[in-house]
Amino acid sequence: MDQTTLQQTIAKLAPNAVFNTNPQFVEAVVPANELHQVAKALKDNSETQFDFLCNQTGIDQKGELKVVYHLRSTSLNHACVLKASASNREDAILDTVSDIWAAAEFFEREIFDLLGIRFTNHPDMRRLFLEDDFQGFPLRKDFVDNVNIIEF
Amino acid sequence: MVEKAEVILGENEQYVINMGPQHPSTHGVLRFELSLKGEIVDKVVPHCGYIHRGIEKMCEANTYQQIIHLTDRMDYLSAHPNNEAVSLLVEKALGIEVPERVKVIRTMLSELGRLGSHQLWWAAFGMDLGALTTFFYGLRDREKILDIFEESFGSRLLHSYICPGGLMNDIHPNFKTRVKELIPYLRKKLPEYDQLLTGNVIFTERSKNIGIMTKEDAISYGITGPSGRGSGFACDVRKAEPYSAYDRVDFKEILMTEGDTFARYQVRILEMYESIKILEQLVDQIPDGDYTVKMKPIIKLPEGEYYQRVETARGELGVYAVSTGEKFPDRMRFRTPNFSNLFIIDKLARGHKIADLVAISGSLDLVIPDIDR
Repeated sequence: MDQTTLQQTIAKLAPNAVFNTNPQFVEAVVPANELHQVAKALKDNSETQFDFLCNQTGIDQKGELKVVYHLRSTSLNHACVLKASASNREDAILDTVSDIWAAAEFFEREIFDLLGIRFTNHPDMRRLFLEDDFQGFPLRKDFVDNVNIIEF
Repeated sequence: MVEKAEVILGENEQYVINMGPQHPSTHGVLRFELSLKGEIVDKVVPHCGYIHRGIEKMCEANTYQQIIHLTDRMDYLSAHPNNEAVSLLVEKALGIEVPERVKVIRTMLSELGRLGSHQLWWAAFGMDLGALTTFFYGLRDREKILDIFEESFGSRLLHSYICPGGLMNDIHPNFKTRVKELIPYLRKKLPEYDQLLTGNVIFTERSKNIGIMTKEDAISYGITGPSGRGSGFACDVRKAEPYSAYDRVDFKEILMTEGDTFARYQVRILEMYESIKILEQLVDQIPDGDYTVKMKPIIKLPEGEYYQRVETARGELGVYAVSTGEKFPDRMRFRTPNFSNLFIIDKLARGHKIADLVAISGSLDLVIPDIDR
């Protein structure tokens, strides 16, 4: 499926999605409250069949905490990018997709560890790499580490 | 008065013990928290982070040329594809076409690295299961590959040789003859691997029908590389999205459908023969020309987001970069193959014995610094 038809198909499944221009992938930004429903539709729909979550990560961009999903279909060989923003920084919350793709369970633990986005309905929401009593979230832009200073 | 000793068991009469972080069969600092019922594994909880260096955070304060040197330290057993992933990403973002010579050499280095990595895996896997001879055989042959690396770029493990725009320096004049010597040598030595392990009854008893992974699980958990292909998941990036010179070489994507430890083992053994085939096709076709295009000392990527994936010895490595037009990336993310490959171990090991857990984790070919980054 080429990029324009794929975009139209995704637009049907996610009517409130906004499409960004991205030369590589079809990129859809969905509202946080619809994320789980859209993700499930993208996996289950016979025209999209995004069954492989190849990458999930968080970014801190222009003061907003976002989660980026790189999806791929192993049967239809197309890919897309899904994005969702957490509403605020102090209490960043998004829905989990770990019930849709098992790989998300640990991607989400890593995102929680490094960016502090909490995922609701996640089976095991703990830090993954850092100590349990670590203060702050290192990948946030406003994180200050007085011990290991890496900025020049 | 002496306090009465208390035996603390976990829930449901389970006995909880730690395997690692300093355990020889985890090949690095990884800790498994095992819940046992007798000798049977009931639950495996992996604990990571013992070698977390914050490479993604460090990337935010380094230029793209400097990032190359950080990527070596992720999957250090096949460092070339890691370097290549970042290089291809930068080249894609800037719209640079590298010379043909670079493409061919990069492909050959990736395959040499894959051979070396699979040989070390085979060596250590045999050792995990109690066959010490494999370690000597595997390292004996890997040494030949490392010697080629050392001659061309001075380093044996952390190469940092593939860089944005091409290669750090030209290959050694001996490179071609050395590879030509290596191919018949390995063709002679690889059947020894089969004689020693593949047909060995003790080995097959310990690996067949152990840790069966279905194709659906492999896709859902994102298991890529030989581990995924052992379950029939066609995930080879070299075939799906050819980069460098993979579009012009003839090789097979090895697929097995059994999904057990032995299938994952066989995929890697057969992949070594495919790598030799690729090397054979390319060794006489290294074109003359420049080994790099001229790059600016400080690379600034145009504003935007980029994603590049390559096939390392262990699976799909994805690099995701967000640039704001500065010399440092705003966010750099490495989707490393081992991170995804690790977490299925709970599902695979349940109901098996602890000794089988060692076989399963060996067959997933985990490199711990690649998980923690």
